[in-house]
Parts: sequence; structure tokens; C-alpha cells
Amino acid sequence: MSSDHDSHRCTCGKGLSRRQFLTSAGVGALVVAAAGHLEKEHEASAAVMRSGEGDKITLHINGKQYQMLVEPRWSLLHVLRAELGLTGTKEGCGRGECGACTVLMEGIPRYACMTLAVEAEGMEITTLEGLMNGEELGPVQKAFVEHDALQCGYCTPGQIMAVEGLLRKKTHPTMEDIRQGVSGNLCRCGTYNHIFDAAQRAAELKRGGAQ
Amino acid sequence: MNAPDGNIYYLRGIPVPETPPPGKDPAPWKKTEIVGQRLPRVDAYERVSGVALYPSDIHLPRMLYAAVLRCPHPHAVVKGVDTARAEVMPGVCAVITGKSSESDFTWSFSKEIKAKIFDPTCRFEGEEIAAVAAETAYQAWDAVRAITVEYHVLPFIADESKSLDVSSPQIHSGGNTVKTDRYSRGDVTRGFAEADVVIDETYRTECELHTPLELHGCVASWNGDQLTIWESTQGVYSLQSRIAEILGIPLSKVRVIGHYMGGGFGSKLQPGKYTIIAAALAKKTGRPVRLFLTREETFLAAGNRPPATMRLKAGAKKDGTITALEFSCTATGGAYPAGGTSLMDWLVKDLYLCPHVKTEMRDVYINAGPARPFRAPGHPQGAWALEQMMDALAEKIGMDPVDFRLQNIPYHSQGRDGNPPYTSTGLKECLIEGAKAFGWEEAKKRSRESKKGGYIRRGVGVASGLWFAGGGNPPSTVVVKLFADGSVNLNMGASDIGTGTKTIMTMIVAEELGVRPGAVQIEHADTGTTQYATPSGGSKTVPTDGPAVRAATLSVKQQLLSFAAADLKTDNASLTLLGDEVISAKNPLVKMKIRDVTGLKKRGVIVGVGYRGPNPEGKVVNPFAAQFCEVEVNTRTGEVRITRFLGCHDSGRVMNRLTYDNQVFGGIIMGIGFALSEARVLDRNQTGKMLNRNWHDYKLPTSLDVPVEMTSLPIEKPDDLANTIGAKGLGEPVTIPTAAAVANAVYHAVGIRMTGTPITPQRLCPAVEKGGKESS
Repeated sequence: MSSDHDSHRCTCGKGLSRRQFLTSAGVGALVVAAAGHLEKEHEASAAVMRSGEGDKITLHINGKQYQMLVEPRWSLLHVLRAELGLTGTKEGCGRGECGACTVLMEGIPRYACMTLAVEAEGMEITTLEGLMNGEELGPVQKAFVEHDALQCGYCTPGQIMAVEGLLRKKTHPTMEDIRQGVSGNLCRCGTYNHIFDAAQRAAELKRGGAQ
Repeated sequence: MNAPDGNIYYLRGIPVPETPPPGKDPAPWKKTEIVGQRLPRVDAYERVSGVALYPSDIHLPRMLYAAVLRCPHPHAVVKGVDTARAEVMPGVCAVITGKSSESDFTWSFSKEIKAKIFDPTCRFEGEEIAAVAAETAYQAWDAVRAITVEYHVLPFIADESKSLDVSSPQIHSGGNTVKTDRYSRGDVTRGFAEADVVIDETYRTECELHTPLELHGCVASWNGDQLTIWESTQGVYSLQSRIAEILGIPLSKVRVIGHYMGGGFGSKLQPGKYTIIAAALAKKTGRPVRLFLTREETFLAAGNRPPATMRLKAGAKKDGTITALEFSCTATGGAYPAGGTSLMDWLVKDLYLCPHVKTEMRDVYINAGPARPFRAPGHPQGAWALEQMMDALAEKIGMDPVDFRLQNIPYHSQGRDGNPPYTSTGLKECLIEGAKAFGWEEAKKRSRESKKGGYIRRGVGVASGLWFAGGGNPPSTVVVKLFADGSVNLNMGASDIGTGTKTIMTMIVAEELGVRPGAVQIEHADTGTTQYATPSGGSKTVPTDGPAVRAATLSVKQQLLSFAAADLKTDNASLTLLGDEVISAKNPLVKMKIRDVTGLKKRGVIVGVGYRGPNPEGKVVNPFAAQFCEVEVNTRTGEVRITRFLGCHDSGRVMNRLTYDNQVFGGIIMGIGFALSEARVLDRNQTGKMLNRNWHDYKLPTSLDVPVEMTSLPIEKPDDLANTIGAKGLGEPVTIPTAAAVANAVYHAVGIRMTGTPITPQRLCPAVEKGGKESS
């Protein structure tokens, strides 16, 4: 794990703002799109960053602040898994197809593989680990255990986050809501029907139903 | 027992030791307290909390990330690889190619066909050319993109129906035929002459891709001459033997760990070239290396279910007797020998009574990624042909398809030499009980009414199946340890690939020792610390390792009772275990706590070793199945909506009803994908490349594509002849009849025989318009 995020080392508390990043990324994209002879000129300026060079950002993950150096091209998924060791969030495809990397951003399910780390700055990010209460499982996690809503378990973190996101929006979801709510999350083992049951049970638990 | 069983796919090519006989077999369970219950998984907490470390989650100090450069052409020779630019890029620590001594190893596809890890001849799009290890995955990919390769591009063949044309390029020097298998019993000419009706039909199943959610790959780390591999695998010991063989090092120097794994479905029974590449890069850099493929790479180079064109001619008498079956197929396992036709004719040979059977299967090469075993190799394809044919025959002789099947139920395995009996066959019960629970007769009536008007047509379909294996087999060694406080450690080599193996084994221990399942801790799937097991495939882990777990537990129990008998000054035959106590069956006052047993306290632990005994001589252990479904076909759009499914299965004893149902539903859902949406698309004419190498274009069923109404109905007949726990395999039979049942329901709804997978709106709609059979 990188030590760059250690707060005692990096106390500036201010990263590259989203707007700054987008400006520089836009310039970078132009360079690539434009003729090659422009490349040298821009490499000399600070607008184009090199591989291995990072910008300071602050991420809010599971109620904690992480100040760290990130390459602008790094996905949130890469930062969570490879830099912070939060491997509860899984990588199934890396291109927004399967939902294994689903996290909540401001309470809304999002694919971490399709989100740049710099884009996530300043937002409240919740991962699977963030649903735990110490060693205790959260209600959606409990319901998944009870209804055996998993087989290999690799899509499961994403499914749980999708259900969590749904239930934060709707306390009494219909079957159709649930099916739609997890429709962005593939399960190759085919546990969908148990996931439907678990989502209904989770809604009950969240409403304070029998534990 | 006979030839095909001795060469079952999940053991092919790996040395399998014999374990000692298991000693005196225990009597079958009469009544069980824990086995058969709905017990949540023992490792569910780890899996839902995120603390379960899958191989792709392993992060070691100083670990590097690797990426592989793959051939973009379906057929080419590598003339030169220029890595100069890549080698000096930021973060890059090593680049290896076909010229590097570190990766100079040979990969065998068969006895005759071998290739280098980075072979100069690339026979499919996605063959390995070079690999990079760098500080981050991003940097590794930067470097891969900076490598330039000079290719001599060769003509390709991507259509297996044209593979044997004289004008097609040869993929290997011996020509494009891998092999031709022929089988015959009786005399099909006579059989067809005896028939009242004969139907001859051609069927087609497209190539299906495994795409488990966890990518294929590993982390490799050397400690001197000791290699440790964390791989997403179905079998740590099968990996260990293959890796040791390729690298030329002793088995003891290769430790493979695979505690968790995110799905395999047959594609992770063996290592890949990626395993060797990771080991080579780790050796070269002196640092641990993580190499997991990208999703696109797994589509190209991590196996598939071979596509097949099958012709089936069948004859039946008006009374419902099948008189003859003649089957031929051409299929392809891609560019290397990979079981392209493996077991595809098995259901034709074995599922129904038939005296006259002839089959011919031709396996050919094309320039595409090699197949790997895929959940019941050959069976869903064979069922697609046979089970649609059964429906067509039933209609032609005016019989109900369930009744027609019931009339042809075998109790012997006709496809095997000597016609051996099955230890048990619940096929009849699956059909009868399944039809009853499904409401077959009423559902048929409902669909007839739907045809009176409107554009939504209802239909129902049934299909059956059996699985060629599923009985398990030796060897398996298991160790059970009882600690001084009565808690237990179970040590076994088998992987839990998501089927609930750990939970079921825990239940067996708890059943025999009378302890709570929570008192059992498991160590598994590690060649360094756990006992020998064959890979988890072939629906055989429960019937293979379950009896060994029971034997080990019984050994512990017998030792404990002997120690207690000495303490209680009684004979151990009168003692039993009850909760945390040893108690006399004769006198309930004679009892003691397990933790007070002197022999146990003195030793600290009691160790029991269990072995898997042989299967019964001259008998066959197979699971059976019947599945029923109801569909709605929109005749305007060609969309098929499956409204409900019922899986009725005979897999012997139900070990855990909760995970059992989960398997049944999962198999059905995979079968729905095979029937309705999944197909690898190769650009046959222009480039030979795969056109849908991602989940956007290759469609898996989602939560919106599966019926909410799903029923799992076990036919619970513990098979006491099969093994000491009475269970047969489940994971594969659950996906065998599914696609055919869907096709039969579509036919029932709209009267159109969809002979090819997948049944998409694009194909069904024009067929409905023409009002007839789909033109192939």
C-alpha cells in the first residue's frame, strides 16, 4: 500500500480541483488529437503530466479523509483497491459493464471503474467496508447471508452496494424496483432470485423489522 | 470401470495418485440433524463484508503489475519484436518476449501439439507475444502499447464448416482435423425401418463464453527456489502439477493457494500461460508479480464452450418406442486440441432407451481461442438437439412430451460397455413430480387459449437430462482435528468455487460429531498446508470429498469414544456423542464433557484421516434432471419472456437445501443465456477477429431477463450405493436441459422450431412472419 495518503505526511488538505483537472485533461486530449509536432511544446509546459506524476487530492471514503497523490488518469477503482487496499470493491471488467465495482457516491450507486479518482474528490464515497458497523454486518449484508444471495461472491459487493443505494432512495421497494435496482450488476453464477429475496429482507431490516 | 470414465475431462493430463481404501465403510445416515438443513454459508460473512481475500485482491510488498501483449491477428507469424522503447518507460522493471531465456518454456496442448509460451506462430487472435512488469498496472499497459511487432499475416479460417475445405489454410501441419470419434450399437438401418415416424433435423449451438466475474490470473512470488502462486482456480493441486512440470521444478517447490475464487465454470481447472508468464516475470525481477487478464483478454484467450452443428435423425413407433438415433456433429475447440466435440453425443447414447444408435463427431481446428471445459461439456449442446427432437417426435406420434419421455426411461447406462446399471435413477420421478408441481396440464391448456387472439402467445416446454459424471471418485484425503475444547478443524484441499463446498463439508463434520457448525474451522485449497484433492469440476466435489470428510470425522469420533470409555470404565460401543458430552446409550448417568476426556487433554488434539473409497464396481453414478418452463412470445417483436421455470433434480441426498436451490436457479439462468442471448461472433469473412469481446456486446442474462417465479424441487433419494453420504453432483445437471426446454416452449407458443441458439428477436421475428421453421 502506498504511504502517500498518510495524513501526517501530506497535510496540505487541498488537491487539484475538479475544474483544474478537467482543464489540463482537455489540453492533454487536444495534444493527442492534434499534430505530433505540438507534443514537445506541451510536454515542456506543466499542463501535460507524465506517467508516475501525481496530484494531491483528498478523498472522503467511509467517513475518513485520505490525502494522497494520484495520477489524473487513475480510476477511483484503482485508488480504492491498489492504493488504499480497500479490496471489498471488486474489478470485473474495468469498463462499466458488470457493476462489481459499484460504490455509493453521495448515496447513489456508481461504477468506480468509470469514475476518475480526481472526479470523486470532495464527494462522500461509501464502499462495502463502509457498510460495516465495526465487526458487525449492515442490514443489507445480513440479508444477503440469510438468503444465500451469493455463490462465488465476486459480484456480491457490487450487488450489495446497488441494493443499499436503492434502499436509501426507497424504503418500500417493489419487485420491479429491485430488479431495476440491480440490473446494472451482472452475476454469472445466476443468484438473482436470491438477491431479490435478500433485497426485500434488507428493506424490512432497515425499516426496523425483526432481526 | 470403462474408457470414457477413466479419461474424464477434469482429471485429463494430471497425475492422480491412489489413496488407501477408506477402511470399513460407515452405514448410511438414517436421519440427519444438520445435513439437509437450510444453513447459510459458513464463509458468507467473509464474502459479504469484504474481508475475503480473493487472489485478485492479494497485494504483496514490492509487488509489480504485469500486462501481456497479444497478437491482434487470427493467424500470423511474428517476425520481430522491438521492446526498446518499452524498456525505458517510467515504472517498467522487465519485458519478456519469445527471445527471453526467462520465459523459454513449452506449453503442451496435447501429446503431439506443443507451443512456446511466446510462440512465433500465432494461431488465434490473442496469442501471447510479450509481457511487461511495472510498478503500476497503468505503466505496464503504457509499455505494452509501446512495443512494436512485425507480423507476417497469414490467411485464416474462422468458420468451422469450412475448416476442412481444401482451400482453407492449415492451422497445424497434420491438417485441420483434430479427431473423429465414431460409435455404434445395434443397426440404425433396421431401427429406422421399424419406425412409424422418422425425423431428420440439423441443429446449431453457438460458442458460449464462461466469463466468470473474477478475471483469470494470479500473483506469483519466488522465495529463492520456492514459488508461491495465488491463483483464481478450481483446483490448487492440478495447478501445482502442471506448473511444476512446465517449469521443471519439484512439486514441493510449488505452493498454490486459492482460498477464494470468483467463479470458473470449468475455465479455471488448469493454469494458463499467464501463470507461467507471471512466474517468469517474478523470477526476472526478483519481486512478486500480479498478472490478471483484462476482461477483453478473457473473452479471447480463457476458453469457451465449442460451437457445434449437429444432425440428428430419429425414429419412433406410434406407441412411443424410440427405434433409432443417428447423430453426427462438427464442432471446434479453436486453434489447438481442446475437446471441441467432448461428450456432445453422450445424451443421444445414454439418456433414453434405444437399441440402435450411431454417432460420429468431428473435431476441427479454426483460428480462434482454445476451448476449456464448460459446465457439463457437450451436454447442453447435445440436449439442444436431442430434447428438441423428442418434442418433435412426440408431436408427430400424438403423445404428450412428458409421457413420451416417461416411456423411454433407462435403468442401465447403454452408452457404456457392458450396459452397467445406474446406482439410482430419478429421471421418472423428476418428470412426474416436476410436471405435477409445475401444473403441466393446466399450463398447456392456458397456452392453447392464448392462441385465440392477441399477439402475445404462451407456451410451455420440458426437457430432461443426465450428467455423464457426478458420482465423484478417489482420490481424496481429508484431515479432521478435534481440539481439547471440543472445537474442530477441517483440512481439505478442495476449492469452494461458489457451490458451497465448505459449508456442506462443515455440515458433515457437525452431523457426525454433534457439534455446532460454528465450531468447525476450515483450511482448504492450499498445496502447502492442505491435503490432496482433485479440482472442483465435474459436479464431483461433494460426492468425492464428502465421504472423505465423513471418514476422517468418524475416525476422530472413534478415537474420542475409546478415550472416554477408558475414563468412564465402560466399553466404547455403548458410548455416543451428544452436544459437548460423551454419553452412554445404556445408562444416561454415565457421561462426561468432551473437554474432560483425558486422552484428548493429554494429546491436545485428536487427528483423524479420511480417504475416499472406490465407487461401486460395475455400476454408474449419474444425476438426472427434468426442467419445465413457460414463456410468452411477442409475435410482433420476436421477444421471448420466460415467465417461470421449475427445475426438478435427482442428485441423491440434498446436503444443504439453501445452497442446493441456489445452484438450481443459477444453472437455469446460465441456460437461459445459452438459449436466448449468448453467442461469440467472429468476423468470419473479413478479419477473423472476435466482434463481441465484452459484456456490452456479449449478453449475459441480467436481473431483468430472469423469471421471478423459479422453483427448485429436489427428488430426494439418498443414493446409498453411490457413496457413504448418498449425494450425487448437482452443479452441472442444472444447466443441461435448460436451453432445450426454452426452445420447446417457444415452439409450443408459436409453432416455430428454432434449431439454432440464441433465439433472438432478430431471428425469431422473421420466422414468425414466414409462419414456419427458421431457415438455417
